[in-house]
Amino acid sequence: MTPEELHKVAETELESRQQIDHTLCVCTAAGCVSTHSDKVKEALEKEIEKHGLKEKCKVKGVGCMGLCMAGPLVSVERTGALYQMVKAEDAAAIVENLGKPPVQRLLCDTAQPFFSRQKKIVLENSGVVDAERIEEYIAAKGYEALLEALTSMNPAQVIEQVTKSGLRGRGGAGFPTGLKWGTVAKARGDRKFVICNADEGDPGAFMDRSVLESDPHRVLEGMAVGGYAVGASQGYIYVRAEYPLAVKRLKDAIKQAERLGLLGHSIFGTTFSFNIEVRLGAGAFVCGEETALIASVEGKRGQPRPRPPFPAERGLWNSPTLINNVETFANIPPIIRNGGEWFAGIGTEKGKGTKVFALAGRVNNTGLIEVPMGVTLREIIFDIGGGIPDGKKFKAVQTGGPSGGCIPEQFLDMPVDYESLAKAGSIMGSGGMIVMDETSCMVDVAKFFMEFCMTESCGKCVPCRVGTKQMYQLLCKISDGTATAADQVMLEELCDVVKNTSLCGLGMTAPNPVLSTLRYFRDEFMAHIHDRRCPAGVCKIGKEQVATV
Amino acid sequence: MVMNLTKPALPSDDRRWKIVNATMRRHGYSPHSLIEALHTVQEIFGYLDTVALKYVAVSLHVPLSKVYGVATFYNFFTLKPQGEHTCVVCMGTACYIKGAPQILEAIESIVKIQPGETTPDRKVSLVSARCFGSCGLAPAVVFDGEVAAKVTPAAATEKIRRWMQS
Repeated sequence: MTPEELHKVAETELESRQQIDHTLCVCTAAGCVSTHSDKVKEALEKEIEKHGLKEKCKVKGVGCMGLCMAGPLVSVERTGALYQMVKAEDAAAIVENLGKPPVQRLLCDTAQPFFSRQKKIVLENSGVVDAERIEEYIAAKGYEALLEALTSMNPAQVIEQVTKSGLRGRGGAGFPTGLKWGTVAKARGDRKFVICNADEGDPGAFMDRSVLESDPHRVLEGMAVGGYAVGASQGYIYVRAEYPLAVKRLKDAIKQAERLGLLGHSIFGTTFSFNIEVRLGAGAFVCGEETALIASVEGKRGQPRPRPPFPAERGLWNSPTLINNVETFANIPPIIRNGGEWFAGIGTEKGKGTKVFALAGRVNNTGLIEVPMGVTLREIIFDIGGGIPDGKKFKAVQTGGPSGGCIPEQFLDMPVDYESLAKAGSIMGSGGMIVMDETSCMVDVAKFFMEFCMTESCGKCVPCRVGTKQMYQLLCKISDGTATAADQVMLEELCDVVKNTSLCGLGMTAPNPVLSTLRYFRDEFMAHIHDRRCPAGVCKIGKEQVATV
Repeated sequence: MVMNLTKPALPSDDRRWKIVNATMRRHGYSPHSLIEALHTVQEIFGYLDTVALKYVAVSLHVPLSKVYGVATFYNFFTLKPQGEHTCVVCMGTACYIKGAPQILEAIESIVKIQPGETTPDRKVSLVSARCFGSCGLAPAVVFDGEVAAKVTPAAATEKIRRWMQS
């Protein structure tokens, strides 16, 4: 494909849109599909045919619109009307009102803070383009960043822009992306690889799934730009098998890009070639750790190895490997298109750009949001999230999944970025944000995460394999009301040992949920240990519940 | 290096083995394709039995012990045949704090099995999952591949009862 041909595809697509008077966008990402948006889409299509409007009206499936709790969502392009909780029976009313004032009873208020307080970069196409058609992505300036990189920038200039942007790894650790790209580019090796980490294993996180389902080409484009910058010609996307829809859309997207010559040999007539293959995960949380992930791509058990050497020097098949998270790659096309300085102008001093969060738990508006770095937790939970349902009281917000911690009310006005979350005893993590109210017991939550880490420990190193089990048993004792003060001391000691002596991130961060709950909710632990009661009434104190796992 | 390696015969004349073989061929019978091959086997046969593990091991020149190691390391693979219906209860954080344990308890009380098991009549398999990313609709349960949102213990047991009576 030549640059002219790319622009032609975009023009043709935009022209064909001019012929259509009304376009109805139905969310077909996994959230709305599970509330049967596919049936809504069918019903709308039938209704349009019945009214003989096939030439003038179109129904298209789009990606996630964010407000999952109000699904299935249907939006009307141009007027911007958004319908919520649409059922197949509502199709007639929606179609009849096209070009007229919208159906009031289905209307979702798009002026509410949930929509108005967000800033979309990664999700700019989510809920707007049809994820299954590459033409739509191209019409939305898709693959222009790749074109620009290949035809008017050299690899060093690409890395310079990424460095300038201040983008940091969105998988959770926050390593500067430009620095990583530069290291891989400098590393010596006959072949190099690019890997996209889409093994979103944190329970309570679904950002990457949504991005892959809503805008898969954005990730492919980011990877191709990365390949060009570091000198790799082969990329892999390691994606969870638990996300069948994301896998399907990715595979289709790769085929479409190959068909148009946007992946494959000599892209845009340059000497740069790049191919991408999908590799399926198989349900192992530890595979989110980069060296374990690499072992898994190689067809082995997903066990991590000591670093250094880092994958940037010796990764997949011992070759230099660039490994980034889905959201990191998804940030690349707009950075190249608009320049690193534009991106650096958003967010805080140390946290640039935006972050996508999956808002879930005891909060009114559950779903997917994207906000500039530096907004406060209070804005996220009470403005965008709409507060706590049923008049309950906020207790904590859990970020970072099993590697993170619970943040109590006193930190609600803290701006969200990598450093401040770490200071509060949690981590940014990949972006899962679970809100808890007074009905959650923090001992139970700590036990829940420890059970998770214990079962997901790969078993390679002793501190993690044995330590997580011991900590879990101690937490069980506390939750049963059979623990003594000595058990609590032991628990804290173990946290310290496991944190400092484990081989990989899983073990090193496994004590975080315990440490943070002990730090902020010590009184709850005390109530379990000394008064033999669970203040939230969750733990079954008194009943037989022995740790047998 | 040219290696004269003969490929093993298909384990039986079941045509589905050809699909497994095709996956391995696409990857040039490289040992790296082990996980991909196991995914294909599980997708078409529903589980990984000893015959399949041996066939994949020989085809890819990977020791059977390693194949077994990989098959048992990953939660997604199962070595036991599944029941006619499968119920997956999400036990991710969001579902957990919104009452997934109560759902699981209610289901366990009527099917009388633990997660990871199948009822003796092979009607229902019960699985607890880590998280399938439907956190916005918690608590979520997957009944035969279909995700149900905001499930209550009563709704879940009702569905399972219908399965058991069918």
